[in-house]
Amino acid sequence: MKAFAQLYAELDQTTRTGRKVEAMARYFAAVPPADAAWAVYFLSGRKPRQAVPAKRLKAWAWEQAGIPEWLFGECYHAVGDVAETLALLLPDGGTASDRTLAEWVHDRLLPLRELSEAEQKASVLAAWAELDRPQRFVWNKLITGAFRVGVSQLLVTRAIAKVSGLDGDVVAHRLMGHWEPTPAFYAGVTAADAADAALSRPYPFFLAHPLEGDPAALGPPAEWQAEWKWDGIRSQVVRRGGQSFIWSRGEELVTDRYPELKAMADRLPDGTVLDGEILPWKDGAVQPFADLQKRIGRKTVGKKLLADVPVVVMAYDLVEGGGVDLRDRPLSERREMLEVLAADHPALVLSPRIAFDTWESLARQRAASRERRVEGMMLKRRASPYRVGRVRGDWWKWKVEPYAVDAVLIYAQQGHGKRSGLFTDYTFGVWDGDQLVPFAKAYSGLTDVEIGEVDAFVRRNTREKFGPVRTVKPELVFELGFEGIQASSRHKSGVAVRFPRMLRWRTDKKPEDADTLEQVKALLAQGVG
Amino acid sequence: MAAPLVEITDAGLYCPVGDFHIDPWKPVGRAVITHAHADHARPGCGSYLAAAPGRRLLDVRLGSPNLTPLAYGETVVRNGVSVSLHPAGHVLGSAQVRLEHRGEIWVVSGDYKLEADPTCTPFEPVRCHTFITESTFGLPVYRWDAPADLFAEVNSWWRANRDAGLASVIFAYSLGKAQRVLAGVDATIGPIFTHGAVERITQAYRESGIELPPTTAVGESVRGGKKAWAGALVIAPPSADGSPWAKKFEPASGAMASGWMRVRGARRRRALDRGFVLSDHADWPGLLTAIRETCATRVLATHGFAAVLARWLRDHGTDADVIATRFGDEDETQAPEEPPT
Ligand SMILES: [Zn+2]
Ligand SMILES: [Zn+2]
Repeated sequence: MKAFAQLYAELDQTTRTGRKVEAMARYFAAVPPADAAWAVYFLSGRKPRQAVPAKRLKAWAWEQAGIPEWLFGECYHAVGDVAETLALLLPDGGTASDRTLAEWVHDRLLPLRELSEAEQKASVLAAWAELDRPQRFVWNKLITGAFRVGVSQLLVTRAIAKVSGLDGDVVAHRLMGHWEPTPAFYAGVTAADAADAALSRPYPFFLAHPLEGDPAALGPPAEWQAEWKWDGIRSQVVRRGGQSFIWSRGEELVTDRYPELKAMADRLPDGTVLDGEILPWKDGAVQPFADLQKRIGRKTVGKKLLADVPVVVMAYDLVEGGGVDLRDRPLSERREMLEVLAADHPALVLSPRIAFDTWESLARQRAASRERRVEGMMLKRRASPYRVGRVRGDWWKWKVEPYAVDAVLIYAQQGHGKRSGLFTDYTFGVWDGDQLVPFAKAYSGLTDVEIGEVDAFVRRNTREKFGPVRTVKPELVFELGFEGIQASSRHKSGVAVRFPRMLRWRTDKKPEDADTLEQVKALLAQGVG
Repeated sequence: MAAPLVEITDAGLYCPVGDFHIDPWKPVGRAVITHAHADHARPGCGSYLAAAPGRRLLDVRLGSPNLTPLAYGETVVRNGVSVSLHPAGHVLGSAQVRLEHRGEIWVVSGDYKLEADPTCTPFEPVRCHTFITESTFGLPVYRWDAPADLFAEVNSWWRANRDAGLASVIFAYSLGKAQRVLAGVDATIGPIFTHGAVERITQAYRESGIELPPTTAVGESVRGGKKAWAGALVIAPPSADGSPWAKKFEPASGAMASGWMRVRGARRRRALDRGFVLSDHADWPGLLTAIRETCATRVLATHGFAAVLARWLRDHGTDADVIATRFGDEDETQAPEEPPT
């Protein structure tokens, strides 16, 4: 636990990915495989279910720290993180525990869920007494199921590749899918023999970069394949050994949630892996993303929902065919094989290629993205292999400009976590007659300097406080961008927007120059959900 | 009840009987100054009264003001109010202001801390009826580690950077914090460079008789080549973070020394490699200890988490309230301060 808390602190302390990878590599090299397995599990974002409700932990911590509930609330507000607030409040006294991470997980963490409340309390208090402050913090993160540190699975992969001397792709492949964090698993991940891909495993996804400039910079159009950028859930369909597996990009196995996709996959030949997008699909057309949200997170689906929101996988790549890993073949070849496969499988919907001779003609077609309910276009180099992760150069997403509205800052709230203590969460209003109605919340899009300025403004111009929310003088105007807009009876403004963010601080505009609700509603007519 | 000995006016804390202000934020006739930080010592007053050890600092900060230095514990009488200054342990020359009139005693704390600090006289509790206390870190999550442990961490960070061929850049407020860092680190690890703003104040500390390890100022134009900074410690004000001046020390590890670094969110927001929890203000236990030792029956909290501290004190049987002042936190960065009312 000492080494793991130390690793957490090191990862937390540096912003440089190189140092994070080094710190993890050092850790993996130093600890027993049982610890390394659990570390990989936690660091790659897998979490055990919450062992103890945060409410209980808080109550025990107040008691230990000798503070009342209101004061805990004030502390939490300043810290922005329950596990950290608890660790900072508990009285000193713990010394660093020498027991290993795996021992802590097996002996203390995993049994917690099954204990009675009184037994849980005894166990947690004993743990707090044994651990020092940095260890307690990590422990609290683990038992609240909120463990998160700024590393991605990709960085964990790089660190393991570094200590094991393996190729990053091999490690990435071995870390995909379902596995138990056992010493045997870790030994398998770092084993020299690479011919071990489990039946169910998808390939690491190849991710596109946003295209900022002119596509003409990409070279001759003939070298590129263009497709629509579908707004669904990225997924891989795996058919091997007579079994089907549907994976979502979060590397979650979602086969049971989409029976119609499983039925489609069951008819694919053995040794097939498709890459595509799960989309709500009716009468040969894509439906609003909001419909798909009704299916996301549903572990079981009823007949009515299946009928109301049928889904398809819009396939755009063939990563494995006839049991052969096709990732090194050029896209043009993979595409041809995919089309052959689709010809035999009518349930398989193929992502159409967009015909174009010049970048200008492509740009004209892209302008119609919204009417097609797509987010823009994907540009893929015809000669590109299927790479691992976000590699620049071969795959680009060329999104349409988001909707933009000028709105006035009306409420502000302090952020949490990294932004704790600063007013970073804003609500914006547009004019409805002489009233500003709240129409969107946004958190991101400003620079640190701008955040500081807005924060200072909020503090100087607070009109009222409702709990953590400040009503501020309506003075600052921001250009908000969002990806979609829908009518909504749940919102005061009558509209709901998707992915709102601040595009620019319009210091050149006065509040009265902001847009009206009428103008916003006019966007509904242009209609993308 | 008698008229209060200290009240709040447009210009700041005011003693109506003695007719003088304490740390006024507007120019007034007569000012008593607790310490040289900019939110407490402002230019333009007719006369200043301050603790003698901070005289040189106030000269540098205010440009040789009309200042009467007072030794700690020495008393002067203003319109029948006895005024004396007592060590606050915050920075060199920092003082609590004790006022006595017809048996009624008030103390205005200014900023203070209880931890040992070789660059200034340690805090001394002063018994009083009413205590006006700062509350910058008035939340129980703010608890400081022993200075020795903290400096051991700083030294090992510096040493590791030196061994890796990196410069160690530490951002610390130029008055007080920077000198405390200088006095606390192990100067045998490597050379120490300072930003001009830090050097100016450090010089004033030396002229005031505080011994500090040798430093070399790095001006805008000084170029030492990559090699010159490897292994060195560079002390700069937080405002230099991210500036072209700070960039020239690359490859470097950056750190911030501040009480706010107790919280990860504040550490991470600065996007620095390290955050050292080093404050010139009292932590939560420090505030409670200091308040208890005054034996005050009434406490007025200001400058920080005043409402929280006041509520805690009331819940524990002390008559306590908030007094709104404009003391910002000049010496600590990124404060989640209370909004001015
Ligand atoms: Zn100060
Ligand atoms: Zn101050």
